[in-house]
Amino acid sequence: MEQDTIAGIASGMGGGIGIIRISGMDALLLAGKVFRTRKYLEDGHSSWDEDYFKYQASHTIHYGLIVEEDESVIDEVMVLLMKAPRSYTMEDVVELDCHGGPFLIQKILKLLIRLGARLAEPGEFSKRAFLNGRIDLAQAESVMKMISSKSDFALKSAVDQLEGRVSEHIGKVREEILYYMGMIESALDDPEHYSLDGFSDKFAQILEKEIATLGQLMEHFEQGRMKSEGIYTVIVGKPNAGKSSLMNLLLDEERAIVTSVAGTTRDVLEETVHLGSLILNVVDTAGIHDTEDIVETLGVEKAKEYLGRADFIIYVVDVTDSFDEGDEKILSLLGDKKGVILFNKIDLQESWEEREWKDWLQWEGISFSSKTGEGLDQLEKYISDAFCQEDISFNNQIYLTSVRHLEAVENACHSLESVLQTIRDGMPEDLYMVDLMDAYRSLGLINGETASEDLVNKIFSEFCMGK
Amino acid sequence: MSYVYDDYDVIVIGAGHAGCEAALACARLGCRTLVFTVSVDSIAMMPCNPNVGGSSKGHLVREVDALGGEMGKNIDKTFIQSKMLNMSKGPAVHSLRAQADKEDYSHAMRKVLENTDNLILKQGEVAEVLVEDGKVTGVRTSSDAIYPCQCVVMCTGTYLKARCIYGDVSNNTGPNGLSAANHLTDCLIDLGIEVRRFKTGTPARVDGRTVDFERMQEQKGNDRIVPFSFTNQSEDLEREQISCWLTYTNEETHDIIRKNIDRSPLYSGNIQGTGPRYCPSIEDKVMRFADKDRHQVFLEPEGLYTNEMYIGGMSSSLPEDVQYAMYRTVPGLEHAVIVRNAYAIEYDCIDPVQLKASLEFKDIAGFYSAGQSNGSSGYEEAAAQGIIAGINAARKIKGLEPVMIDRSQGYIGVLIDDLITKGTNEPYRMMTSRAEYRLLLRQDNADLRLTEIGYGIGLISQERYDRLCDKRLMIEREIARLRKKTVGSNEAVNSFLERHGSMPLKSGSNMEDLIKRPELSYEVLKEIDEDRPDLPEDVQEQVNINLKYEGYIAKQMRQVASYQKLENKKIPEDIDYDEVGSLRLEAIQKLKNYRPASVGQASRISGVSPADISVLLIYLEKWKGAKE
Repeated sequence: MEQDTIAGIASGMGGGIGIIRISGMDALLLAGKVFRTRKYLEDGHSSWDEDYFKYQASHTIHYGLIVEEDESVIDEVMVLLMKAPRSYTMEDVVELDCHGGPFLIQKILKLLIRLGARLAEPGEFSKRAFLNGRIDLAQAESVMKMISSKSDFALKSAVDQLEGRVSEHIGKVREEILYYMGMIESALDDPEHYSLDGFSDKFAQILEKEIATLGQLMEHFEQGRMKSEGIYTVIVGKPNAGKSSLMNLLLDEERAIVTSVAGTTRDVLEETVHLGSLILNVVDTAGIHDTEDIVETLGVEKAKEYLGRADFIIYVVDVTDSFDEGDEKILSLLGDKKGVILFNKIDLQESWEEREWKDWLQWEGISFSSKTGEGLDQLEKYISDAFCQEDISFNNQIYLTSVRHLEAVENACHSLESVLQTIRDGMPEDLYMVDLMDAYRSLGLINGETASEDLVNKIFSEFCMGK
Repeated sequence: MSYVYDDYDVIVIGAGHAGCEAALACARLGCRTLVFTVSVDSIAMMPCNPNVGGSSKGHLVREVDALGGEMGKNIDKTFIQSKMLNMSKGPAVHSLRAQADKEDYSHAMRKVLENTDNLILKQGEVAEVLVEDGKVTGVRTSSDAIYPCQCVVMCTGTYLKARCIYGDVSNNTGPNGLSAANHLTDCLIDLGIEVRRFKTGTPARVDGRTVDFERMQEQKGNDRIVPFSFTNQSEDLEREQISCWLTYTNEETHDIIRKNIDRSPLYSGNIQGTGPRYCPSIEDKVMRFADKDRHQVFLEPEGLYTNEMYIGGMSSSLPEDVQYAMYRTVPGLEHAVIVRNAYAIEYDCIDPVQLKASLEFKDIAGFYSAGQSNGSSGYEEAAAQGIIAGINAARKIKGLEPVMIDRSQGYIGVLIDDLITKGTNEPYRMMTSRAEYRLLLRQDNADLRLTEIGYGIGLISQERYDRLCDKRLMIEREIARLRKKTVGSNEAVNSFLERHGSMPLKSGSNMEDLIKRPELSYEVLKEIDEDRPDLPEDVQEQVNINLKYEGYIAKQMRQVASYQKLENKKIPEDIDYDEVGSLRLEAIQKLKNYRPASVGQASRISGVSPADISVLLIYLEKWKGAKE
């Protein structure tokens, strides 16, 4: 197999120790090029054997130093050796436990790349593990999520999935579908032996139960997604209400800003803000345009689109300004979304009238000043409460965290509903199979399993067939 | 000393259900064809159950008929009971089954073979298939005669190194004491063909005079006969029918089996061959499904010429004394006298993944294999492979492209694709659950699916093809008429609907929508469909099914379209899988071994993952790009 050698940071950034992972056919050689034992350096031998690791046993740990091309020492490391196929990617893998901070880790990584490694793409180790048959699809995606997981919650969910909890949960539903498919098929294949009299009523009930089970998974998906990928938060308000200053305030706080990337369109800027255990993906509707009005800048349709996607809306109101049609325009777009009204600039005016807004909206109002920071704690607490009140039940739930999984479960649900419809239409039992098989296949996508021989094996193992 | 005998275009080894179809196809396509059989008296013999068809197997027979084969016509001539199974289920799983008069069946087929131009029968054993430079040149018999030929079709059934066993009795014979073919296996191994050993079995036959039918339930055939062959009409096949009988095993039976299980060669290790899971011996059923307190037993007449009855459901390889005791515990069989003991049979067969979809060996040009020697089981499965192998041997000789039926065209396609792509670890039986597009592959439309292909090959007459075209046209026109035909919500219509337990109409509807109602059908609606033309029954049936199940059928058509996309992505024969980056090692090995013809086929090989298929598709795109 032709696989080039990749290197990347396997640990998250930050923290005391950073791990660089090298995987591929030249992993051992590359590691040998940059590694020196302390003994070698101290003894001052004439030449270092770059094939050093090739002679070492797999699954061993080596202490030593990393040197640049000119033999100058960069860092002190522990090297973990895992030779193919007994490694995560099933290729030769070397992991360097580096003690220095992020700067040194970057320096070592750059060195490896100069020497011929390619910088691993996000999730590429998992991809290789998957392509080499090391892990199944659900696990691979989970690992990818783990690498990029931005919050504690996401990590927990990723770990759950890694342990196959989603797979297991889905597996149970799948197994039951398979059993009934086997039963139907046995009766079709050997009608003089197995009868389906009265089966359809009973089966309809079973299907309803399965649909409910899958429905629950889907319901929790939204919560799961928000926690692992962030709560999509949109700030709206009339021009000069103080949206940008709110954004800056959120960003200026001493919380870690993970990323600052352009949004999906160039109309807005999306920022990621950590709020306790939550992640907010805040869309600054002021964006990169001069004008601050989302409605005017983007047009009503675009504005609707952003607000439609929003998990949470912060509506900033300037208390020194009066309620007018600009507010009405915004209010008409908010629909039944979750959100909060920030009554901004209370440092300039001490009293104001909430009534106009309250007539339109059942949202909580928070007195706020982007100048003094008053109300910020309250805002954070409010958002946190709004999304974390069910935290205890969160821990006992199983979450679908990837859109691909959601899609698969949705399709399966849809197929099972079609089976129910087939039953209600009084169609014969063999027609149940069309959609049952679809449901079975859709769920199989979650752990990357195919259906080919399952049914036939099920028929033979559970039902006594034959002449 | 060897000597050269006559030469032929095609030599068929074996005259069972596969061999007969293969030989007839070749001869009818103008090839000089020689058929070897261990006994001319055993042509198209039915050594096990005395019936043809049944779930999914009935489909195969009708498909063979639509392609121009003989099995359907032959069972229509010789059946003694006919039944359509699964009538309460959807049309896709309606299955035709007929009890055969075994002797009659065999004689009728022999007569057809003997009276077919270009076809010669020869009693003898082929010991060697002669191959030079990867190409068939002829065969050598055990009497050392050499018959040069261009193609060989191997249809050796269960005869290769066959051994029949019950208890500790073991005879090196084929079924019914016929001589086994003991030489050919070695030749196959020398040719590099992988050979395996399978096992199957048959129950005892009892003297009908000693059976107490009073204690059993009578199983009658249908009054209205549905012919297997599309060339026959229902009314021409009416005849007096013979009944089968249903009874059950009981705890006493199971006790005897459990107490003597250590004397079963299956459990003692005397039989090593792999048996079929779908057709287990009674001892297997009792041991594996211990929670079942009874199993069905069908008594089926072997024919009108004899009193012998086949005890369906109780195949066994237990010793003679245990069989005797066991059968006599079954109600109705208390005094039964056994004419022939039950036995298991072990035989050599090939690993079918070595074959192309044309049933030609990938590595030996002109060498074809069909039937039970490919690891399948059943008369119908054998016939289906036989006709395809025969057609393709003849086409090879004429320099034509092989004919291959795919999974969306017929059960024949499913059967062959399963065998050559997935291989099999047990005798393979057709099942409707194996056909993913079975709503399209019904027994009622086998002619609409395959007659045109048979016509193209040259096995279907112009007259029969014209009739098919007429039928197609009638169906299309009638469906179009019904879609347009409006039905008012008048009193006559609504009282009709109420009478049939159907919701009255509030406003106008059309005939198409009424047919789709579960409680109504094309036939029932005749009453309120004044200008309905007088159409043949089979046309009416198609119209009804096509409209009634339209949504489901459309869904399967979409699935077929996406299936065909991958089928049409051909893999070049000279592909080097080592060059394809990122394929998993297991996938590389499997792909090298199976050499799939298309990405679709590759995707069905176990051990080739969806990720491998993506990788392969990308590679093929790249390869195509590079070539251009």
